[in-house]
Amino acid sequence: MNPVDIIVTLIMSVGALLMLTGSIGLLRLPDVYCRMHATGKCDTLGESLILLGLIIYQVYSGHELVLDKVIVPAKMLFIILFFFLANPVATHAIMKAAFIIKTPMWTKQGWKVWQKEESR
Amino acid sequence: MMSGKEYTTFMDDIIVRTVTRLMVPLILLWALYVLIHGAGGPGGGFQAGCVLAAGFILYALSFGLEKTKSIMTIKWISLFSSLGVLIYAGTGLLPLFFGGKYLEYGKIPLINPIKASEYGIEAIEIGVGITVMAVMLSIFYDLSTERED
Repeated sequence: MNPVDIIVTLIMSVGALLMLTGSIGLLRLPDVYCRMHATGKCDTLGESLILLGLIIYQVYSGHELVLDKVIVPAKMLFIILFFFLANPVATHAIMKAAFIIKTPMWTKQGWKVWQKEESR
Repeated sequence: MMSGKEYTTFMDDIIVRTVTRLMVPLILLWALYVLIHGAGGPGGGFQAGCVLAAGFILYALSFGLEKTKSIMTIKWISLFSSLGVLIYAGTGLLPLFFGGKYLEYGKIPLINPIKASEYGIEAIEIGVGITVMAVMLSIFYDLSTERED
């Protein structure tokens, strides 16, 4: 087996495992803050690792076209950059919107609406 | 305490504002890429118009509706929404002067008929993109404006 294939399979499996972890967290965790905590991190790294595996596969696979070896990985790199820029900020924005409209938060003592400090 | 009007925007959030300032030019540039790339790959006029409108909507969500309305005013939107239709209809009517049918770009005397068809489709996509952007922004403005009563 080609060593590049093994590396690509490993990287993409780790990415898929992270996406699976995020999905289980989305289903199992109690409230919106915990769910955003699970999906916001796992999606960013999981999708980036899957695209990284695709980049390595595209560069080292036996295509004859030289142009495809440059342009398609460059586009995937831009997508990874976009994920790292947009995904945490979107998570932050949804979380802050949920905080502003006073979504109740799960604690061990029961559901609780977190109040903002009046001194600020 | 925050008033009820500021719930819908992130005007006091420095993270969202900084990343928006970084990303809106890239979104608009990518919309132009989708627009030009539509003949030979995934993309096209409608998608490019939606992405262009999404860039402006992101700006409106993080910097407020008033500032966006001062940049892309209602007058410009009505101008753009009719300009796109004018580009579409004008490009479609152009082959009639060279003996073709409506939207038959191959009759336009350019280098060869294939190139003429390609450029004609591109011109029509530009018209569609401009109109879709203007109409999407107009719908967004109407939905996000507060009611008077």
